Amino acid sequence: MKKLFLSFVIVGLVAAACGDDNDDGDAIDFRGDPSGTTVRLVTHDSFSISDAVWEAFTAETGVTVELLSSGDAGEMVSQAILTKDAPVADVMFGIDNTFLQRGLDNDIFVPYESPNLDGVFDNLKLDDNNRVTPISFGDVCVNYWIDALPTGTAAPSTLEDLTDERFAGQFVVQSPETSSPGLAFLLATITGTDDWEQYWADLVANDVSVTAGWEDAYYGEFTAGGGERSIVVSYASSPPAEVIFADPPVDTAPTGVLLDSCFRQIEFAGVLAGTENAAGAAALIDFMLTNTYQEDVPLTMFVFPASQSATLPPEFVEHAEVAANPQIIDPAEIEANRDAWVDRWVEIVLS
Amino acid sequence: MRARKNIGGLDALMLIPAVFIGLFFLFPVGTVVGRGLAGDGLDAVIDLARSQRQRDVLRFTFWQAVVSTVLTVVIALPAAATVAGLSSRARRVVRSIVTVPFVLPTVVVAGAFDELFLATGLDAGAVRLRHTVWAILIAHVFFNYAVVVRVVGTAWVGLDCRQAEAARVLGATRWQAWKEVTLPRLRPAIASASAIVFLFSFTSFGVVLILGGPRRATLETEIYRYAVSRTDLTTAAALAVVQLTTVLGLVAISTWLERRRPATTRVARRTRTLGSRAGRRVNGLVAIALLGGPLAVLVERSFSTGTGYDLSHYEALGTRVRQLPAPATTALWNSLQHAVMATAIALVIGVLASVVVVHGRSSLRRFFDLGLTLPLGTSAVTVGFGILIALDEPPIDFRTRWWIIPVAHALVGVPFVVRTMVPLLRSIDPSIREAAAVLGASPSRVRREIDLAIGARGALVGGGFAFAVSLGEFGATSFLPRRPDDLTAPVALFRLLSTPGDLLRGQAMALAVVLMVLVAVSVFVIESSRGTTEGAL
Amino acid sequence: MLRVDALTIRFGDVVAVDGVSLTLAAGERLAVLGPSGCGKSMLLRAIAGLEAGDGTVSLDGVNLTDKAPDQRPIGLMFQDHALFPHRTVEQNVAFGLRMAGNAPGERDQRVHELLALVGMEGFGDRATATLSGGEAQRAALARALAPGPNVLLLDEPLGSLDRHRRERLIEELPDVLRATGTAAIHVTHDHDEAFAIGDRLAVMHAGKVLQVGPPGEVWAAPASITVARVLGHTNEVTEGAATVVWRSDALRLDPAGPHEAMVERVHFRGVEHDVRLRTPAGQPLRFVLADPPAVGDNVRFSIEPERVIRFG
Repeated sequence: MKKLFLSFVIVGLVAAACGDDNDDGDAIDFRGDPSGTTVRLVTHDSFSISDAVWEAFTAETGVTVELLSSGDAGEMVSQAILTKDAPVADVMFGIDNTFLQRGLDNDIFVPYESPNLDGVFDNLKLDDNNRVTPISFGDVCVNYWIDALPTGTAAPSTLEDLTDERFAGQFVVQSPETSSPGLAFLLATITGTDDWEQYWADLVANDVSVTAGWEDAYYGEFTAGGGERSIVVSYASSPPAEVIFADPPVDTAPTGVLLDSCFRQIEFAGVLAGTENAAGAAALIDFMLTNTYQEDVPLTMFVFPASQSATLPPEFVEHAEVAANPQIIDPAEIEANRDAWVDRWVEIVLS
Repeated sequence: MRARKNIGGLDALMLIPAVFIGLFFLFPVGTVVGRGLAGDGLDAVIDLARSQRQRDVLRFTFWQAVVSTVLTVVIALPAAATVAGLSSRARRVVRSIVTVPFVLPTVVVAGAFDELFLATGLDAGAVRLRHTVWAILIAHVFFNYAVVVRVVGTAWVGLDCRQAEAARVLGATRWQAWKEVTLPRLRPAIASASAIVFLFSFTSFGVVLILGGPRRATLETEIYRYAVSRTDLTTAAALAVVQLTTVLGLVAISTWLERRRPATTRVARRTRTLGSRAGRRVNGLVAIALLGGPLAVLVERSFSTGTGYDLSHYEALGTRVRQLPAPATTALWNSLQHAVMATAIALVIGVLASVVVVHGRSSLRRFFDLGLTLPLGTSAVTVGFGILIALDEPPIDFRTRWWIIPVAHALVGVPFVVRTMVPLLRSIDPSIREAAAVLGASPSRVRREIDLAIGARGALVGGGFAFAVSLGEFGATSFLPRRPDDLTAPVALFRLLSTPGDLLRGQAMALAVVLMVLVAVSVFVIESSRGTTEGAL
Repeated sequence: MLRVDALTIRFGDVVAVDGVSLTLAAGERLAVLGPSGCGKSMLLRAIAGLEAGDGTVSLDGVNLTDKAPDQRPIGLMFQDHALFPHRTVEQNVAFGLRMAGNAPGERDQRVHELLALVGMEGFGDRATATLSGGEAQRAALARALAPGPNVLLLDEPLGSLDRHRRERLIEELPDVLRATGTAAIHVTHDHDEAFAIGDRLAVMHAGKVLQVGPPGEVWAAPASITVARVLGHTNEVTEGAATVVWRSDALRLDPAGPHEAMVERVHFRGVEHDVRLRTPAGQPLRFVLADPPAVGDNVRFSIEPERVIRFG
């Protein structure tokens, strides 16, 4: 196993190194009028956008979008790698920085530099070759149910607080093996603490609970679903969702966010190698950076737009917070270490 | 029973299930395993065999599946007896209701179990069921109860109860009569049901991860971990080979058990059985505790709002929320259409295959018997990824066709039809067929008038399963790209649950309850369509 | 002595057995004769404990009504034998002994004795599916007798046999029962069988026992027209306001007789003939005659008054 694992890492690294050399060779013609064509967009299952946005796209460009959803982000990337010789779509949206390098290493994208890229926050642009274009971002952060915290206890304000015994038995996280926020939070602890291995050992000593996925953490063990734990790994955008979808309506979110604990997930779109409609694919990526699209994103997917010029909806502004200093790790470093980190995490937390 | 030669038209008919299973299962699975094992694949298999962790995983996978199967059979057999003793209408009602768990996503059921564990004190103090092996076992019994009740209950109805009565009169207690006379004659059906339960438990994914907790690993979760989380297709394929080999061996054993000593069925007259009222009550209580508890939690949640109870979550199903590409009602309609199509496919393929399994040439018989059951015991990842990479070139680029979804559902539905129909066909007294032949029926006519008429009972019970399997999105389809327009109810439910907010959660629960009602009513309708055969049996 | 008191069995609105009372002395054979659907099988099932109803069943003063089938020293032989298809003949016969907890050696010996008694030596290892109707019948009889029941209930036991075997078993069955000292209730729809086997005869119709007595007496003096019909009397004739029955042995050919009829059919039955006549009014009649007229003849005849059955 170990040998296999090592060779896997090495192959990954070599592929990453080689990948950079090859990029410029893949020249694809994105010019031409795509009007009247159909462009196929594959996304993860959580993707959603208002009908009016697609109607606007078709009205502007004459291009029709055919949507495909393909499991969660990890499953989607795995599928794209398996089918790279005969991709099911022209554009992929939803690959995030935790999986980005895996996609790049496997050469599933062709570079495309959108003219609208200028308006995007610079720190979101992670691929110099523009094989992927940042579309939106969100922060995976520790959430807490304000009224359910142990009595007389102030809300946690740092990652270290969670190892304090006043929060013993209060924290529930997801396994990074099976959950995307779980992986993001592990990454947050890797850069956000002095010694992440010791940190997790302390969390275990403080009776942290681990679930397989977000749903069974948030609705199983966290207060939101009637559970006994008041602190959970979720998103910075979870509090606005708790307000917007509250029953009965509320003015303030019942949950708070530990802004010190956030890992930034950036979601990208990319033109899939082997596309049959390059011009249409380019038009779609351009469109995804327009305000029409960007301003629809917060309330449909509860993430922040990548474009600086997009205006946020008021209920989002009021209840959503953006972490000032989110943890960010280079995708190549994530890809090179992910399996080793996860294996180590399993040893510390689950064994 | 000896193989019958000269059964007209069978060879041609056989092609249909053969092509189906070949194109949509064997070819894709072969492709994905082949690609994974190309190069140093053999080493990967050897590495697996050497790895202590993987040996533990295999042992645990096997162990939990065996225990789940035994528990399910032990708990559900008395219920099967009770069901067999009911009037045919009551029987159909009960058989429809027990199918409900099949359509519920694990994450929903897990939530209901958690709440139930908390409410009943089973997850507090000394007893903490959550994230234990027991939680896995209880959930497997919950999901598979229907398999035993339906498959065995159906076979039980066909049994001549006078033999058990003869035993009673000869001095056997009720238990002895059951053990000595009824049980041996139910063995084929029990073998069949056990095989299905075993395969479901062997490949169970959500239950292991969510109820068992992230510490438990089975072959199925390991295949997912390597194929998806690590994109290590080689190890995933090696694990898939281990899974396929194990399943193949077990299915071979179970079909052998099923074939041994076929019980002969005469068309039996129903007579009232004595003293079953107490038993009926006990079985009713078990079923209510096991199935009713978690389901009641879901129903309660679906009506519950922040301020009390009303229908608002149900009313909301008709309008599209931003998280969904279509209203939940559209998703229900899509699911229903998929399920109808998957059931139709499963019935056509399953019925043809069953006839071949019982009457065909022996080599083909074995091939169909094993091949058609395999999808039930094969990882959803293997099948899903297989379809994705094998059916990718014109003219067979079927990956994004809408019908590949019901076809993939039918892959799981066909084994149900075969496994419920074959024991019934085998149990037909040869003299009945001979009588029909003597009365002037051609071989194909005999098949239609005798085998299909009597087997229809099993086929429809299997069809009910196929319907439930499809409605619950069982199997490989979560690994296939799909159009949001074809949003199905379980996918919609999952999406509603993936954004915080009580409104969305309430709507998800309402959707789950509608799905439950939909499957119960549909299965009832399917099984009511048997018409004349039920009257005779 | 077996005693059945006021036994009633209902299925919803249908009354299958309606207030039946019967007694059966030790070693006695009672034939219950009735058309199919009259409730006679249900009566046996209730006595065996397979059906619950109102009324009581007791044996030698012990009330059995609430006892389960296995708690009653009563055997039942089913109409279709109900042999266990997954067991050999020997295992079938040994079943009841095994349930009673007999030691294996003792059991084997008893099985051999019983197989010998019913003429089935050497059949022990046979699968039940390979038996002929008569063999299955004998195996079922041996199985029912094996645990040594005080009372054996026989439900149309000879129904599925050919005439030859049936006549043989009609002779043998009482012998076997006598040899084992078993009292028996023998249910049949065939009056010949009932007459041949029963020490006493009970006539059943629509759930009720209408008449009980020695077969000869019941045949000669049925209590009602219904009993007469069940017994096989077919010649119902109107005499003034009353209906009477001419027994089949009542006809005397007599050129000066008061009655006239045409001979429609004559069946040779060995010593006698079964003769079917039709009167000018169209009524069919049936008699037994040693010396039959020719088919197609018009005959005149008289009726022996002591062979006319009058009711009420």
